[in-house]
Amino acid sequence: MLNVLIIGATSAIAEATARCYAARGARLFLIARDAARLADIAADLRVRGAVGVDHATLDVTRLDAHADVLERAWTTLGCIDVVLIAHGTLPDQGACENSVETALAEFAINGTATIALMTAIAPRLEAQRRGVLAVISSVAGDRGRQSNYLYGAAKAAVSTFASGLRQRLAKVGVNVLTIKPGFVDTPMTRNFRKGALWAKPEAIARGIVRAADRGRSVVYLPGFWLPIMLIIRHIPEFIFKRIKL
Amino acid sequence: MSAGGHSWGRYPQVNQTVVDLTDRHRQLPAVGGSLLPYGNGRSYGDSCLNAGNIVLRTRALDHFIAFDTGTGVLECEAGLLLSQILDLVVPQGWFVPVTPGTRFVTIGGAIANDVHGKNHHRAGNFGRHVLELELLRSDGSRRICSRNENPEWFAATVGGLGLTGLITRASIQLRRIAGPWMSTEVHRFDNLAGFFRLSEQSDRDYEYTVAWIDCLARGKALGRGLFTRANHAPAHPDRRPPASASRLRMPFTPPLSLVNRLTLRSFNTLYYYRQRRPVVHATTHYEPHFYPLDGIGEWNRIYGPRGFMQYQCVVPPVDADRRIAQLLEVIAASGRGSFLAVLKQFGNLASPGMLSFPRPGTTLALDFPNQGTRTLTLLDRLDDVVAAAGGAVYPAKDARMSGAHFRQYFPAWEAFRPFVDPHFSSSFWRRVME
Repeated sequence: MLNVLIIGATSAIAEATARCYAARGARLFLIARDAARLADIAADLRVRGAVGVDHATLDVTRLDAHADVLERAWTTLGCIDVVLIAHGTLPDQGACENSVETALAEFAINGTATIALMTAIAPRLEAQRRGVLAVISSVAGDRGRQSNYLYGAAKAAVSTFASGLRQRLAKVGVNVLTIKPGFVDTPMTRNFRKGALWAKPEAIARGIVRAADRGRSVVYLPGFWLPIMLIIRHIPEFIFKRIKL
Repeated sequence: MSAGGHSWGRYPQVNQTVVDLTDRHRQLPAVGGSLLPYGNGRSYGDSCLNAGNIVLRTRALDHFIAFDTGTGVLECEAGLLLSQILDLVVPQGWFVPVTPGTRFVTIGGAIANDVHGKNHHRAGNFGRHVLELELLRSDGSRRICSRNENPEWFAATVGGLGLTGLITRASIQLRRIAGPWMSTEVHRFDNLAGFFRLSEQSDRDYEYTVAWIDCLARGKALGRGLFTRANHAPAHPDRRPPASASRLRMPFTPPLSLVNRLTLRSFNTLYYYRQRRPVVHATTHYEPHFYPLDGIGEWNRIYGPRGFMQYQCVVPPVDADRRIAQLLEVIAASGRGSFLAVLKQFGNLASPGMLSFPRPGTTLALDFPNQGTRTLTLLDRLDDVVAAAGGAVYPAKDARMSGAHFRQYFPAWEAFRPFVDPHFSSSFWRRVME
């Protein structure tokens, strides 16, 4: 039996990933804010082959509520094979520049809350001595760019935190998987003009499942973002300052 | 919101705003302009377009709700594709009750166009297998519609071209199968009389029948073609289904239609002589059997930037042979043949829909590269034959029939009109109501 816990389960990438696991006959525990949408998704996953689907609501920025919900997930599933942390927003960079409050609120959702969840989940996986902790970071975390550096900074924090946690948990047989999607065509990005670099959530989901199966550490999805980000990371600052990205 | 959304014929090209629906429990968006549900854009003409206004894309409404593997009753959201449903239910021994020639249509689209398939003589239209649907109107009201509950709304919405409101979800009755395989026979026939003879012989014992005809053949060979009849085969547990992932795709739109006089004549002749023997038996997977064109992604691009026009009509049984011959003569004389000319006998099972297209008789479906006025004139001439015969043209495939013809083909339009949502409209509807 494959037991899967998904946080931010109503996001497009998370839902597509849940469908992959449902088709394999997994047992799922879903966490998100919107109870009605969770119920729809749970019904859908049952039809698609999930052996059982339970769900709970959580606002990830309410850090004090994390422990309770995680306890429920572990009580329901027993041992958990895959944890996917997928919640997030795409902040308006302009708004973050004009309001400290907005900037910190967005950082709390995309950075602090994720680090809090990983901190709380780590000892549980450590005790199991097995499992995968997959966290959705972003190519935006690889280098701060003027178009979305608040989001990028939060994701950089997540990537760096995950890197350290991976080193720690590898010793007990737990894999921490950092997922760095590029542009994904989801409701979060509905106002963007889509081009050749855009991927569908289903493709990202297949990549996540494959990477989790193979025990990968860091994956760029789709894979072509690896060379692109390699180049972007290595552009010298004196040039980087002069270009728009 | 974004611009975009075209129909499968890539004609006409319109400017419209696309709004994605993501939650069936939410109300319809409050925006200026009229609304029209838009599924996967596989209607050929302008029935899925709303020029200058808004289309509500339903593809994200893709959740299953319940599936009873014992009874085959499936409940799901209206944006799911038949392909997604088949992927789930075929391994569990079920099949969609009726399927059009592509599996990339949404459930909502299948209901709104009351689609039919090769089993029309046995199963009737898609709408006959819809147990229930939910209709969301722009005033925020929701109605459960079925043959027993709100039957008048059900009759208007089945085949209602998306005009009565948004279908959010539906329950359909699936059909039992032993496995994914089909037992098929292909018979070559020499002329139209051969088609009618084969149809009569086959319709009782074969669930699926359809014929391809060489619409450029004339004289004694008028209406020659290949007749396919098939049944679901018993289980073949040892046979492995083909990998449907290895799909070809038309990667770009050529500057000119690749379908022209030269390629048409060669294709039709080669296709007719594809099999040497008069009859070929085979066991085929359901995908290539039902959906030969789905194997080539975006095949509609072969018609070039101007797109193409589909024409599908039905003529009543009384003098169907004579009328079909007349239609084929008009086409052969024009030299503007069709790549895929399909002929089929409809059965007598009535549809619940007020504006449903299928009715007893013989149906002919054709596609023509869009060559502007020349194509439009040819189609008008075909309409004259169909109208004189007391037949009808299929709105889901139409981009040009006159309002007068529509109202003659679909006399229930007046009774239908009060059910149209006051905030819904389509390019098609405005055109035929002018």
